[in-house]
Amino acid sequence: MKKGRIKVMLGNEACAEAALLAGCRFFAGYPITPATEILEVMSRRLPLVDGLCLQMEDEIAAVVSIVGASWGGTKAMTATSGPGFCLMQEGIGLAVAVEAPCVIVNVQRGGPASGQSTSTAQGDFYQARYGSNGDYSLIVLCPSTAQEMFDQTIRAFNLSERFRTPVILLSDEVVGHIREKVFIPDADQLTFVERKRPKVPMEEFIPFQADADGVPPMPDFNTGYKIPVISQAKSLNGNRGNAREADENIRRIVSKIEDHMDEFAEVLTYGDEKAETAFVTFGSVCRAARSAVDMGREKGLALRSVEVKTVWPFPDDLVRRALAGAKRIVVAEMNLGMIQREIERVVRRPEIKIELFSKIGGMYPQPQEFLRFLEEKR
Amino acid sequence: MNPLGEKYLRKPFLPFLFCPGCGDGMIVQAFLQAVDDLGIRDDLAMTAGIGCSAWIAVYIHADVLKVLHGRAIPAAIGLKATRPSRKVVVFTGDGDCLAIGGNHLLHAARRNIDMTVVMVNNQIYAMTGGQVAPSTGVGSRTQTTPYGNLEKPLDGCKIAVAAGATMVSRWSTAHIKQLGRTFKKALNHKGFSFIEVLSQCPVQTGRYILGSGSPQFNLQWLKESCVAVKDPSQWGEIEAQGKIPVGDLLQIEKPEFIEEVQKMNRKVKEAQAQGGDR
Repeated sequence: MKKGRIKVMLGNEACAEAALLAGCRFFAGYPITPATEILEVMSRRLPLVDGLCLQMEDEIAAVVSIVGASWGGTKAMTATSGPGFCLMQEGIGLAVAVEAPCVIVNVQRGGPASGQSTSTAQGDFYQARYGSNGDYSLIVLCPSTAQEMFDQTIRAFNLSERFRTPVILLSDEVVGHIREKVFIPDADQLTFVERKRPKVPMEEFIPFQADADGVPPMPDFNTGYKIPVISQAKSLNGNRGNAREADENIRRIVSKIEDHMDEFAEVLTYGDEKAETAFVTFGSVCRAARSAVDMGREKGLALRSVEVKTVWPFPDDLVRRALAGAKRIVVAEMNLGMIQREIERVVRRPEIKIELFSKIGGMYPQPQEFLRFLEEKR
Repeated sequence: MNPLGEKYLRKPFLPFLFCPGCGDGMIVQAFLQAVDDLGIRDDLAMTAGIGCSAWIAVYIHADVLKVLHGRAIPAAIGLKATRPSRKVVVFTGDGDCLAIGGNHLLHAARRNIDMTVVMVNNQIYAMTGGQVAPSTGVGSRTQTTPYGNLEKPLDGCKIAVAAGATMVSRWSTAHIKQLGRTFKKALNHKGFSFIEVLSQCPVQTGRYILGSGSPQFNLQWLKESCVAVKDPSQWGEIEAQGKIPVGDLLQIEKPEFIEEVQKMNRKVKEAQAQGGDR
């Protein structure tokens, strides 16, 4: 049993609490519903731990300043929602290209454009993965409870430091604004990962030469390395790369993550693991699906809910395994069918029926609706 | 090689990507002279955006973070905030700083955060092949104003002053000694300093706007168009004559942002230690 304390808090507050515990000492943000509480908590708390929280002029400045802070040697985070997340896309690509560990929280709301600022949605599923230009990869985690906002924020920092990559915490309005019990372990009960530092003598250090795991060691600015960090596709010494060097650079920043998915990919199953009918969910919808599984059990229905916690890179193998034996798959999500496409790609077979239970417009699916869907579509 | 180049340039990255006759090399030299005189290389943290002048930072053998178009200032804020002892210098161009990155200039100046922004103004988008910039003069023909530019140019120095910068200067590549001195002043200035450097671009501005691709002609044009003044109150007069005033426009002392943050943090922590949080 871990030592710690229990607190009732908002999902967004749990995220900020975890970031502080993980060692985040720079936060830059811009007010946006439903993510603003993270910025508010950070502006109250960071000064108390000698950190700095800045409300920037826009989300572009927010994301680029955390890249600067990251190269400055500090763990850094920003938080936003749909419209701000759009503005951040180029900066997320920058963080990928300069391999700056950082955490970007997107508390999803309705879209497109201003959409529905106070309503929940999951329409940024693909944007979180493909929003920036060019070929790249990054890690996207999806919490479904305030506790997971806490746990996955710690995880996001650890993974960002481990792989030198931006990690996106793809939450949504329901999870950001739910107020519930959160267990906060004492710091000594948790593991914190720090980025790799150069081990060779300074004059032998090659800025973007990776170790066997694909991740190059990272010195802080102003520690003597005099490192050139450019946003272009680069050679190992940090200059603009020729075609071959650019090719190697881009392949490496993708494979350093995708070749090591075993380290972090997470898919959970709730309910009867052998049930022929399976829900597939991520984010806040996992909650309603769990209740539906419980209600179904009372009615004598065998159900399972497969919860995808790390949605990108999409954990093909784990999802396939979790859905083994399922004959009827109901993908429940608050968009017009996004994770559904991935499920179809991964488990499409003639004998398996894949259906979409979709809610948009800010309507959160009720557990009874899951069961009604099963009956009506039969 | 020039001894400054020998000491400070990132040699594997040479030759420069600057075109022959470009002013950027002269700015590199003036800046390195200031860095050498002050002995601040190890504290130097440079950021840059996109455009010809952004590459100035990359050739200097010191820590440099070259980011997205227009976003050098926010990156610099992240670096400054995480270690205030850094000497943070931003290399940016007129398009980078006044168009796509204009908002960041306003807000960094307003905060009076300690950094030096060097805006190299060649009055055109040069790297993309000679399109109109926010600094291009009325009537100028460029690739995107083939019938003449109708838009009035922005004055970066005046914007910096209005937004709250505490040191503002303008020089040109025809005033390299004065520019070097101003770099030194700016690097020692506690607060937001903005230096505009009018620079010749024979290949784009020269050929398309001024009518000659000769570097000498373009440098001569700067020499003749600029009037160096000691008294900033004369800037308006010079402008009324159709000339460009250069010199030190403003240097004042005001509380610096990061220092104020640190002060407040101390106060808040003391108050908390005594049981209150305000």
